[in-house]
Amino acid sequence: MSAGTYTPRPGAAPLPRMIAAQTALETRMLLRNGEQLLLTVIIPTLLLVLFSAVDIVDTGAGESVDFLAPGILALAVMSTAFTGQAIATGFERRYGVLKRLGASPLPRWALMTAKTLSVLVTEVLQIVLLTAIAFALGWSPEGNPLSVLLLLVLGTAAFSGLGLLMAGTLKAEATLAAANLVFLLLLVGGGVIVPLDKFPDAVQSVLGLLPVSALSEGLRDVLQHGASMPWAQAGILAVWAVLGLGAAAKFFRWE
Amino acid sequence: MENEPVVQVTGLVKRYGAKTAVNGLDLVVAAGAVTAVLGPNGAGKTTTIETCEGYRRPDTGTVRVLGLDPVADAERLRPRVGVMLQSGGVYSGARAEEMLRHMAGLHAHPLDVDALIERLGLGDCGRTTYRRLSGGQQQRLSLALAVVGRPELVFLDEPTAGLDPQARRSTWDLVRELRADGVSVVLTTHFMDEAETLADDVAIIDAGRVIAQGSPEELCRGGAENTLRFTGRPGLDLGSLLKALPDGCGAAEPLPGTYRITGSVDPQLLATVTSWCAQHGVMPDGISVERHTLEDVFLELTGKELRA
Repeated sequence: MSAGTYTPRPGAAPLPRMIAAQTALETRMLLRNGEQLLLTVIIPTLLLVLFSAVDIVDTGAGESVDFLAPGILALAVMSTAFTGQAIATGFERRYGVLKRLGASPLPRWALMTAKTLSVLVTEVLQIVLLTAIAFALGWSPEGNPLSVLLLLVLGTAAFSGLGLLMAGTLKAEATLAAANLVFLLLLVGGGVIVPLDKFPDAVQSVLGLLPVSALSEGLRDVLQHGASMPWAQAGILAVWAVLGLGAAAKFFRWE
Repeated sequence: MENEPVVQVTGLVKRYGAKTAVNGLDLVVAAGAVTAVLGPNGAGKTTTIETCEGYRRPDTGTVRVLGLDPVADAERLRPRVGVMLQSGGVYSGARAEEMLRHMAGLHAHPLDVDALIERLGLGDCGRTTYRRLSGGQQQRLSLALAVVGRPELVFLDEPTAGLDPQARRSTWDLVRELRADGVSVVLTTHFMDEAETLADDVAIIDAGRVIAQGSPEELCRGGAENTLRFTGRPGLDLGSLLKALPDGCGAAEPLPGTYRITGSVDPQLLATVTSWCAQHGVMPDGISVERHTLEDVFLELTGKELRA
């Protein structure tokens, strides 16, 4: 390189360009990661196909796919916004990625915006895939798409807050273990594939307050039963979102 | 503007719990120069640099970088400053070239990424993910990330730690090129030779304070006397030799036939020694003049060895 190559000419790229580039990078990192794909794509797909095809769990009256598809969509949101985001962000923190980006022209809020956008992009890909598979399995959804959208957004906000809270406060290994464990527990006890009414009444009412239960039950009310807007579930998700994002904003440590 | 310091640290104190990492540190870094912050591990180098980078808030004291407060003015300062962390900083799944292109894309007028990859010898690992790069390759990528945005000032924290000699020299060359093009460079190191060959200005840090600062020449001159050594016939008359030498010099025969003259070694002293030898029929062999190195200065100032 010739003389004058390094002559200072500093400057930040325009914000929209930075956010777009960061979103693209974050999404590529996620799609390139095998364990993440297992959580976000393979497990939800397998569960949808397996439990629709084989009568393992009594899903009540009607086609089992009509019961399962909303739950699997809730699971997909949780896998990306909570589990995947917690693990990825935990390791980015551990490896100094968040620290290094903190010295770049990208403001922190723009980094978090890009992370959120990357989660949304991934969710869109998941939903397209899972919806196509559900239709192939004979799914016949009902209800208002806008209600579905609102529930998905609230669910994403709730799970992101909790995932970032975990990633920003625990050690990366602890986050990895805890995020996977929580994923598994909520998969079983969150009304995703096992209807909540299979549990004892007392347990049921507690489980119903979990974000994944609120999301899967809410989506089911709309998509399976044609409800217009399940306000109770939306409210539960909103509370989780406020608590989770608030705590994450307060306790998140960048290093 | 030219003469305004790029970094001005005054009375910086930084504690972590009961441990005081930086204890009243003052540091002024001149524009357009390479400044080495030299000190043993745990002396407070990284804490000082990271406070300048805006990662740490001073407990007391002030820090100004390019005239700005690194914490309060972070958004204005960041595009103008390049940062190389001591380790990490890259997504483990990101490819070397991908990460560098990304960082370039966050800046308005970045360097040519292909040329930079070529320059740092990262050409054959551009497609390799960060976690599969060797330690040296990770270091060079990290250096590339610090300069790709064409900053005015770069902070390099231990830029050559763990590099092989060739990669080390290549990093030194890049630092010199940066300086030649008007970039101010602040680097931390615990390598004496690095500070001595590369830096215009050296700040020696020990126990959280700057205990000496100056050019390597100034520090070495100010530190201690120089030494002249030669070998000859054993048992020369040191008393007679001392009389011939200017006041304040010392003469010793640490091993039989090995002589050491200490004092302000200049051509005149050398001539005095050789003519004394000629008068006494001594053929002085292997005459050598040892300049004091930064290593000696450091040892004198701190009473500690600086270990790599």
